[in-house]
Amino acid sequence: MIFSLIIIIVLVLLLLAAAIYAVMQKDLLYATIATGVISLILSIIFFILQAPDVALTEAAIGIALTTIIFVFAIRHTSRREDEVTILEESDAQEMDNKESV
Amino acid sequence: MKKVLVILMLAVIAYTLGTSFSTIKFGENRIGDPKEEKTVAAFYLNRTPSELSVANVITAIVVNYRGFDTLGEVSVLFLAATGLGSILYRRRKKGEHPEVITKPASQLLQSGSKLIYPAILVLGAYVFIHGHLTPGGGFQGGAIIATGLLLMMMAYKDFEIRHNVLTWVESIAGITFVSLGLTGLIYGKTFLENFLPTGNLNDVVSGGIIPIIYIAVGFKVAAELAGVLETLLSNKEND
Repeated sequence: MIFSLIIIIVLVLLLLAAAIYAVMQKDLLYATIATGVISLILSIIFFILQAPDVALTEAAIGIALTTIIFVFAIRHTSRREDEVTILEESDAQEMDNKESV
Repeated sequence: MKKVLVILMLAVIAYTLGTSFSTIKFGENRIGDPKEEKTVAAFYLNRTPSELSVANVITAIVVNYRGFDTLGEVSVLFLAATGLGSILYRRRKKGEHPEVITKPASQLLQSGSKLIYPAILVLGAYVFIHGHLTPGGGFQGGAIIATGLLLMMMAYKDFEIRHNVLTWVESIAGITFVSLGLTGLIYGKTFLENFLPTGNLNDVVSGGIIPIIYIAVGFKVAAELAGVLETLLSNKEND
C-alpha cells in the first residue's frame, strides 16, 4: 500500500516537472516530446489506479497520435516560439505602417 | 492589466475546483453493496454479468446501456476526419507520389518497423475483439492499428494506403453499427437493444451484439485515424 503510494507520488512529481518543462520550453519540438512524456506518465498512473481502459486510450492516442500530429504542425510552421511572436510583431508593425501611410 | 485578469481567472478556477473537490471523500467505498442496487454503479455492477454475460462492465455501459452516446462519439470522430480532409485535400497530379520525406528513413527504423508492424496489428485486433472480456475496446484497438500504419508510413516512402479502401471500410463499419441499432429497434423496444442470445460469461462469442459493434467501431476508428494521418503526411507545403 505504502509502496504504491510512493510510486504514485513520484510519478505525479515527474508529471508536474514534464508539464512545467513543456510550458517553459521555447523549442516547440522539445515541448511536444514533453507532452508525450506527460501522456506516458498519466497512462501509468491510470493503470495503477485500476482504470486500464483509460490507460490504453491515453497510451495509443496521447503518446503516439497527438505527438505526431503536433510534430507535423511544427514542420509546417516554425520550430521556435520566439520566431512566431517576432513574425507576428513585425507583421503588426507593417500593418500599422500601411494604415498610417 | 492582462496579468491581473489571468490571475483573477486562475483564482476563480482554483476556487471552483477546490470547493467541488473538497466534498469528495477519497478512498471511501461510495458504491455500496452491489446487491442492494442503491446507486447507478451498483446497478450496473450487479446486472451486467447476469443480463448480458459481459465480463468488462465498462464495455457493457459504453456499447449497450449507453450505446447511443457511442454512436454520437463515432460520428464526432468522423466529422473531424472529414473536416480535416476537406481542408487539406489537394488533387494529385497523375503519377505524382505523395512524399514529403525527401530523405529515406534510417535502416534501423525500416527494419524495426517491418518486425514490429504485424505484432501491432495483431495487438489492435486482439484489443477490439476481446473488448467485452478484457480492458480495451473499439476505440483503443482502432487507435493501436492506426499507430502501426503510421509507423509504416514513416519508415517507407512508398507505403501507401488507398483512400478508396479507407472510405469503404469506414462506411461499411458505420452502416453495420446503425443497422444493428435499427434491428434492435425492430425486434425489441429501443434503438441498439440486444436481440442476439448472450451466451456464456467469459466466452469470446458472448454478449449478443456487443462484440460485433466493437469490431465495427474498431475498423471505423482505425480507418478514420489512418485517413487523418495519411492526409497530413501527403500534404505537401503549398508555398
